[in-house]
Amino acid sequence: MSIPAEVATAVKAAAPKAPAAPVDEITLIANKWKNKRGSLIMALHDLQSRVGYVPRESAMKLGHLMDVPLARIYEVVTFYNYFKLEAPGKYVISVCLGTACHIKGSAELLSGMEKELNIKEGQSTPDKEYHLQAVRCLGCCGLAPLVSVNGKVYAKLKTNESHHVIERIQIDKPMAVADAEDLAD
Amino acid sequence: MKPEELEVRAAAELAKQQAFDVRLFTCSSRGCQSSDALGVIAGLKAEVKARQLEGKVQVNGSGCMGLCSKGPLVRMCSKTQKDILFSEIKPEMAAAVVEQVVVPVLAGSKIEKPGGDLGQHTLDLNDPFFTMQVFSVLENNGKMDPEKLDDYIARDGYKALRKALGMSAEEICKEMLASGLRGRGGAGFPTGLKWDLTRKVPSEVKYIICNGDEGDPGAFMDGSVLEGDPHAVIEGMLIAARAMHATHGVFYIRAEYPLAVERVEKALRQARAAGLVGKNVLDSGWAFDFEMRLGAGAFVCGEETALIASIEGKRGTPRPRPPFPAVRGLWDQPSCINNVETLANVPLILLRGAKWFASRGTEESKGTKLFALTGKSKNNGLVEVPMGMTLRDVVEKIGGGTDSGLKIKAIQTGGPSGGMIPEHEFDTPVSYENLQQLGSMMGSGGMIVIDENDSVVELAQFYLDFCVDESCGKCAPCRIGGTQMLHLLNKIVAGKGTLEDIKTIRKVAKAMQKASLCALGQTAPNPTLSAIRHFEHEFTERLLPVATTKA
Ligand SMILES: Cc1cc2nc3c(=O)[nH]c(=O)nc-3n(C[C@H](O)[C@H](O)[C@H](O)COP(=O)(O)O)c2cc1C
Ligand code: SF4
Ligand code: FES
Ligand code: FES
Repeated sequence: MSIPAEVATAVKAAAPKAPAAPVDEITLIANKWKNKRGSLIMALHDLQSRVGYVPRESAMKLGHLMDVPLARIYEVVTFYNYFKLEAPGKYVISVCLGTACHIKGSAELLSGMEKELNIKEGQSTPDKEYHLQAVRCLGCCGLAPLVSVNGKVYAKLKTNESHHVIERIQIDKPMAVADAEDLAD
Repeated sequence: MKPEELEVRAAAELAKQQAFDVRLFTCSSRGCQSSDALGVIAGLKAEVKARQLEGKVQVNGSGCMGLCSKGPLVRMCSKTQKDILFSEIKPEMAAAVVEQVVVPVLAGSKIEKPGGDLGQHTLDLNDPFFTMQVFSVLENNGKMDPEKLDDYIARDGYKALRKALGMSAEEICKEMLASGLRGRGGAGFPTGLKWDLTRKVPSEVKYIICNGDEGDPGAFMDGSVLEGDPHAVIEGMLIAARAMHATHGVFYIRAEYPLAVERVEKALRQARAAGLVGKNVLDSGWAFDFEMRLGAGAFVCGEETALIASIEGKRGTPRPRPPFPAVRGLWDQPSCINNVETLANVPLILLRGAKWFASRGTEESKGTKLFALTGKSKNNGLVEVPMGMTLRDVVEKIGGGTDSGLKIKAIQTGGPSGGMIPEHEFDTPVSYENLQQLGSMMGSGGMIVIDENDSVVELAQFYLDFCVDESCGKCAPCRIGGTQMLHLLNKIVAGKGTLEDIKTIRKVAKAMQKASLCALGQTAPNPTLSAIRHFEHEFTERLLPVATTKA
């Protein structure tokens, strides 16, 4: 059974890894996009999907190889919400705060998560196990409210179910890590 | 591929399909995948194989079948009886579906509703949810596998392209204009006119861009179309390109829709391999190809000039228009930006004619419209209705009222740029003009149902907060006005507002509408203004008592 790309990407992103992508991978990314006009954002997508965020050294290297000043890279990375500048925790919990989820009480779900993990939205736990973030609409609005963890969607939740979700993550955890290993090429 | 080969391939595929007695379609769109639709497909395949029924039963994926809240949905189509639609099927139920339904049907039984547990998982196809919808953009969903090119070709796919290749650019524009198709991305600009304007600008290089940013949070129509029928959008873009002499196509899809990106990329690879896209489109000597660009989580990038900046790899900030993209767009070349649903309508119009399309709808708004029906609606999902259907029919009959059993208070259409429409206006027929008159707008198709327990003040606050957060900050009316308005609204929600604050909100809103550079700022006050217009008492109820305000 093929694993959906987004799960693969997210799981990959969640796999334990070195702080920066291996150098040759960045060269590969740069070579792929260097000659295509306006492809900086695409290159950054490739980078983040491999490393989970945009590390400074990698950004510098990428900029050097693609002939883009670092300042331009940061201008772009800071404008777009999708890009992360710091390494997130291993399990990225995205609570959807889109309208459909909002109407079904996602704010309560989020604050439950914050309490449960003792961190605020946008932060990772000190042990780097979990990263909690709010997102806007994952396109499964018919199943609101929902959260996704490394791309796996937990849907039709009750707003007081944050504890339950974290338990489920802990149960599903071995799976996610195994998959990540499978995908680690 | 030569044009005649389309017919050969279609006939071959149809013959292949005919050879199966039963065809199973499991929704493999994002919503259902999140409840393990792929596991269901694997389960069905395994069971069919175990029973050595592979020659008789075909197991397929499918686009969204609408009732996403009840997914994964599985449709059984048989030559000998009516379709059956199963809901909330889990992988471990796959064997029962085959054993209790498929096998008896193969043996000649007629089954309307299976008994036992599966009966609980069978939807009534005579429910208004299904009978009152009119499928055209969605007509392939549930009937073909979006990952198979030949399935699309067998359903008249790329026939419209073939027709377009025999027409002049002007003729195609005329046909689109006659159909009355208007942009489904929000503003409702006549598509034929936009194409014709772009056609008339002389240039060696021109771009046709598909706007798949779908920034309205709580709306998923465009993502569903890209996932469920990617070839239809590609075909629509090829025809658009012919109509305006475009030389390059670009898909801009939000990064939060990885499955849509994957499906479009796969469809493009298939179309290239088949000679439908690339160096020699349908052996006509015409070369045309596409590029893929991903968004990165900025709502403003749905605005066309910001979208262009984003494709150029820059921060997605809008710029003043004119010059319009038709004159100066991507890389300073003439460009046309169209919404996904707009483009998906194009092949149908060309193939069936402008008259066919215009036969549905109202005087000014033709065809059908997709809506993402969510919130407190009983039936949550993706629906397609003819323009001109009343909101009441959409919400109460198709939507089935509320899941809470409470009375519906209002719907919100048009997302952060739209507004709330109170229940007593529900007899209004759906059209661009009507929704605008009610202080909302068609928008891209988000339709959120709220019940009497929901607060419109808080919903207005939610949307304004969204817009303030998503403002690119380039111009002051939006940046400062939005923040100021939100501050006042927060005050009212906290029970600390005064009548004066409502007046100030109105004033700031007017300034934002008039002076903002792009439609984000211009329309950001709409949800709040519509809420005040239709539900002023909900605001005044929350104000400080008059005596306190004087003190
Ligand atoms: C802030 C903002 C966000 C928008 N988001 C989208 C979007 O997500 N999808 C879309 O098709 N149009 C969006 N639009 C409208 C587009 O600018 C443009 O009008 C549309 O894509 C044109 O296509 P159409 O004529 O086929 O509707 C947005 C506009 C604004 C101002
Ligand atoms: S109106 Fe808002 S989003 Fe649009 S350009 Fe001005 S600040 Fe940016
Ligand atoms: S609003 Fe939560 S998935 Fe769309
Ligand atoms: S996503 Fe499967 S029915 Fe809508």
